[in-house]
Amino acid sequence: MSPTDPLAPEPADAIIAAPLLTARGIRKSFGDVEVLKSIDLTVPRGNVVALIGPSGSGKTTVLRSLNGLEVPEAGTVEFSGGDVVDYSRNPTKRQLASLRDRSAMVFQQFNLFPHRTVLENVIEGPVQVQKRPKAEAIADARALLERVGLGAKADAYPFELSGGQQQRVGIVRALALKPQLLLFDEPTSALDPELVGDVLDVIRELATEGWTMVLVTHELTFASHVADTIVFMDGGVVVESGPPSEVLQNPREARTKQFLHRLLDR
Amino acid sequence: MTESLWDLLLRSLLPIVGGALTGTIPLALLSFALGLVIALGVALMRLSRIWIVSGIARVYISIIRGTPLLVQLFVIFYGLPSIGVLVDPWPSAIIAFSLNVGGYAAEVIRAAILSVPKGQWEAGYTIGMSRGQTLVRVILPQAARVSVPPLSNTFISLVKDTSLASLILVTELFRQAQQIAAFSQEFMALYIEAAVVYWVICLVLSSAQSVLEKRLDRYVAH
Ligand SMILES: Nc1ncnc2c1ncn2[C@@H]1O[C@H](COP(=O)(O)OP(=O)(O)O)[C@@H](O)[C@H]1O
Ligand SMILES: [Mg+2]
Repeated sequence: MSPTDPLAPEPADAIIAAPLLTARGIRKSFGDVEVLKSIDLTVPRGNVVALIGPSGSGKTTVLRSLNGLEVPEAGTVEFSGGDVVDYSRNPTKRQLASLRDRSAMVFQQFNLFPHRTVLENVIEGPVQVQKRPKAEAIADARALLERVGLGAKADAYPFELSGGQQQRVGIVRALALKPQLLLFDEPTSALDPELVGDVLDVIRELATEGWTMVLVTHELTFASHVADTIVFMDGGVVVESGPPSEVLQNPREARTKQFLHRLLDR
Repeated sequence: MTESLWDLLLRSLLPIVGGALTGTIPLALLSFALGLVIALGVALMRLSRIWIVSGIARVYISIIRGTPLLVQLFVIFYGLPSIGVLVDPWPSAIIAFSLNVGGYAAEVIRAAILSVPKGQWEAGYTIGMSRGQTLVRVILPQAARVSVPPLSNTFISLVKDTSLASLILVTELFRQAQQIAAFSQEFMALYIEAAVVYWVICLVLSSAQSVLEKRLDRYVAH
């Protein structure tokens, strides 16, 4: 987890703006409805990219296209040093697996395994998939749980935890895979307001450590603090993207202004 | 009731309970175990995206559910010999009952697999698991818990249905009662006695079922 860990991502300033992930021309339809209309997304190594936009604008679908949970009709996704996965040419299972090997996802609904303890949830990927020695995986898992304040909950079952605790386990489960990229889909939207802070604190800390992340969120204040780039989507297109100081403080596009106004009015 | 009728009931209890212990219960347990294996295979075939595979499973389930168990039993024991395949009573009964359980339980297991939230599959994929790995390590354990109530019902029905095996000469609870009844001519008393023994077995099974359900209920994703 620390920047000296060889598996941890390199600090943002080491390779300035070198993209870890490049997605181009992502198109996706559900039935007759074109939900994504040629989306481009570049995620520099060590950066945090926040996807914002009204509900139904396609944020989740973009995120899921980056790890093959959704298979778009067209577009490419490429990790630096990896294969170009071309969705228009029926990507193989191995190609989709390579996207998932490099990334890990945190879900809005947590999606913890209810029949396994917190510790078992966290070591499942490292032990069963990555074939790491179990003792080592357990030691790592305990250290990570300790860091997010859940050291004492290792042997609890998910149903015994609050939503905020479950989501922190979700984050730890993702971190335990030592991925190059973390994907968050509205990680705090299912939480009671008083539990949001703890989860955001964890994500903020990861950002500071230099993890590369794509984060779908409605927490604009939070996004303006942690994100290097804000991508505003509406109706399946990227309307505007840039640093928070531009997109959130001085938006160029009318649709962005409208969206920000509506959120601020509430 | 005369003294001798009580005597008869008491004396016949041993062979009837013996028939349950050496016939009914092992027959039900063995057929259920084999039936579950068949059912899991058929349920997975039914969920396959390859239409021919799911089609075969569909036809199998349809035949099993659309024909009487007694007829299935007779086809195997009395029908197969006429095309040169002789099967003894016990194996016939086990084949028929496990194929039958396979058809009914397949639908239960399929529904249980489908009841596990899609997010569980996705969580498995995003930690790098394959479809098969996710099925075995994430989905089936949760499906198993959901299936306990309906599968318990299937098992209790099976225990009662094993009485049909008496018609292909398997010595089990009901056949014992029949033989004593025929010999003593006390039909009413003996058949009621047999009914009571079935009832007691099923009462025990239902209370075991509710204990099991309470213990498993907690860890299911809602
Ligand atoms: N599996 C699906 N089947 C059909 N329509 C879908 C599916 N997933 C998403 N959609 C539709 O695609 C659009 C974009 O959805 P989504 O990516 O979830 O948006 P967001 O995350 O920005 O709210 C919505 O109109 C939604 O109804
Ligand atoms: Mg969404």
